[in-house]
Amino acid sequence: MDLRKQLERIIFKYEFVNGSLIPMLQEIQELEGYLSKETMKMVSDISGIGVADIFGVATFYTVFRLKPQGKHTIRICKGTACHVSNADLILTTLRNELDLEEGEDTTADNKFTLFEVACLGCCSLAPVIMIDNTTYGKLDPQKISEILASY
Amino acid sequence: MARLTVKVGLGSCGLAAGANQVLEALKESDAVKSGKAELKEVGCFGYCSVEPLVEILDEKGLYTLYGNVTPEEVNGIIEAYLDNSPITKNVILNSAKTGIENQNYSKQKRIVLRNVGIIEPTSLDDYLNRNGYKALEKTLLKMKPIQVIEEMKASGLRGRGGAGFSTGKKWEFAHIAKGDKKFVVCNADEGDPGAFMDRSVLEADPHSVIEGMLIAAYAIGADEGYIYVRAEYPLAIEHLKIAIDKAEKAGFIGKNILNTPFSFTLHIKEGAGAFVCGEETALMASIEGKRGMPNVRPPYPSESGLWGNPTNINNVETLANVAWIILNGSEEFAKYGTEESKGTKVFALAGKIKNSGLIEVPMGTTLREVIYEVGGGMKTDSPLKAVQLGGPSGGCLPESLLDTPVDYDSLVDKGAIMGSGGLVVMDETTCIVDVAKFFLNFTQNESCGKCTFCRVGTKRMLEILTKICEGKGKMSDIDLLESLSNNIKKGSLCGLGQSAPNPVLTTLRYFKDEYLTHILDQRCPAGVCTNLVEYNILPDKCIGCTVCARKCPTNAIDGKAREVHIINQDMCIKCGICYESCKFAAITKQ
Ligand SMILES: Cc1cc2nc3c(=O)[nH]c(=O)nc-3n(C[C@H](O)[C@H](O)[C@H](O)COP(=O)(O)O)c2cc1C
Ligand code: FES
Repeated sequence: MDLRKQLERIIFKYEFVNGSLIPMLQEIQELEGYLSKETMKMVSDISGIGVADIFGVATFYTVFRLKPQGKHTIRICKGTACHVSNADLILTTLRNELDLEEGEDTTADNKFTLFEVACLGCCSLAPVIMIDNTTYGKLDPQKISEILASY
Repeated sequence: MARLTVKVGLGSCGLAAGANQVLEALKESDAVKSGKAELKEVGCFGYCSVEPLVEILDEKGLYTLYGNVTPEEVNGIIEAYLDNSPITKNVILNSAKTGIENQNYSKQKRIVLRNVGIIEPTSLDDYLNRNGYKALEKTLLKMKPIQVIEEMKASGLRGRGGAGFSTGKKWEFAHIAKGDKKFVVCNADEGDPGAFMDRSVLEADPHSVIEGMLIAAYAIGADEGYIYVRAEYPLAIEHLKIAIDKAEKAGFIGKNILNTPFSFTLHIKEGAGAFVCGEETALMASIEGKRGMPNVRPPYPSESGLWGNPTNINNVETLANVAWIILNGSEEFAKYGTEESKGTKVFALAGKIKNSGLIEVPMGTTLREVIYEVGGGMKTDSPLKAVQLGGPSGGCLPESLLDTPVDYDSLVDKGAIMGSGGLVVMDETTCIVDVAKFFLNFTQNESCGKCTFCRVGTKRMLEILTKICEGKGKMSDIDLLESLSNNIKKGSLCGLGQSAPNPVLTTLRYFKDEYLTHILDQRCPAGVCTNLVEYNILPDKCIGCTVCARKCPTNAIDGKAREVHIINQDMCIKCGICYESCKFAAITKQ
């Protein structure tokens, strides 16, 4: 099915639901893993919602990605408990192992995208990272390479 | 052999520690396969630092709770339980069977957590067996809405989401407000980074929150509700969905509940990742599908909330108290706590504390009791330096104030806030200026940008704190931080900006010396601020194992195998990887 058809199907589903822009965009994001400018324009076209409203919501909430994503998502917690348990060292180690340049968050082979998030709710296991839906706690730099190697 | 119940804690914390593998092993164990033991998948037991946790009970309810369980050990644990033998490999946390009480249960009082770790969160029957939906029945069949409100007022329950407003009064406002359509909203956005109370309650006992919402809806006259949950909590969302589905099928949600005129529908809204959406007006904007920006109050949500309708919004923990109060009476509830703060408070203990996890104590318990008696004290030998309460809106209290009781007013008096219940313990390895910078960085990132003071003011403060951490601070910066703080407090619309300076103000109040050491001596006593530390290799300790040189991300370490290595200070980015990876304590940090 082409993109436009898929979009129409999703948008139609949400048409009469109050306050549905955010979940609708979340579902649309799953199609390509991110929201491209073209997709957002098409959504506006089909739904009649202003491009500015769509763009405004997409840039406000951190769940929305405006760039293509790697195959696996790594979330590193930068919450208070993790911060005082040296999450910075885990971040440096991760960026180092993934060979990420300054300002980059996706690896060259598109395998991983790294995000910093504020608290994964597993503070008692700090420092914590989450790869896709799996959480890893009580980390130290040594464990990072083992974990990455399992993907 | 007596029939046993074996419970496995499968909260997010348990899963992260490998509880699923333990569960699989238990399924394969002889006791379960032969039908002698029944498996139960429960939520968080509260002892998150020694997950995975397994609890075994016999028919008389005599239990033993085991920590740090591995899949290989499950058969051994069941045998040990039956033989009453003390096993040494696993921590035995609590045991009515052998009389061991390692953790101080006696200081705790479980009202909110009454079912947490006891019932299967996906089982409606389990909840019903613990008096579930009995409070709803009592309100719908025997109480008028106004009586429910009076009961809540009499209990003295105050909102657990941060501000501590009287729940009964809030319901009364929404009850009085004119409107054909009213809403109730449950705030499960839990934005404080370092707190996980609401997550645990939703994961482990979702029906108690739903029952609280139903009672609130009946009291104010609402027929529709939303639970706003942050997207980082997939398991909480899953359990809520199952719970709503089962409650609908059993007739607790829907049309003419328990054959009364009261009807109610309930939706889940997933948050999309923005701290400010925890603020009630921003949260409602987000439910409406807009950018989550706060609005000026008044009008309060009780008059004009979701789509302009009267709306009552409460926090998860607040709602989890409701059914207990209705069933046990406001007087019983008010027996716990202090004059102005009734009941209990759940805390998420984290940081450098030994027993990090979830606890519930009567209001008025002192911080010292919470940390040393319930929490087991410090994790390592490093002494306690500060306790952080209330997250980015709260403050850091020093060791000398540990005898402060936890109640709304005492904490505000000391410059902190109760907040939602995140309690992060810090030791001497934590730099206080860095912590202040950390929170400012957080609020600066999360500021929605609507108010100039909040948007630009926090940015200026962050710049100053960054300068101080780099050893480039001036004495005048301290006055500047104070005056910016006061202006931001005055000039911001919502609680985010109004409370953003709190971490800076409390650290300036209690830890000024540490700021001065950074500014005057260009030194970071905790060795955290990278610009102010230097890593060096001790020639007499280094054996030339090359580990540090291989780990160094910038190749800043020179040296051949079996020869002393040297750190090239110009290339060092002070990440500390060498320091952590050296097995010979040959690297110093100063
Ligand atoms: C910036 C900001 C963030 C907030 N985050 C939360 C939150 O994560 N959870 C919550 O229950 N209340 C939060 N609140 C408080 C809510 O605005 C509101 O007071 C609360 O949901 C009311 O419920 P209660 O009376 O039961 O406490 C936040 C407030 C502000 C200003
Ligand atoms: S602070 Fe990292 S999981 Fe909460």
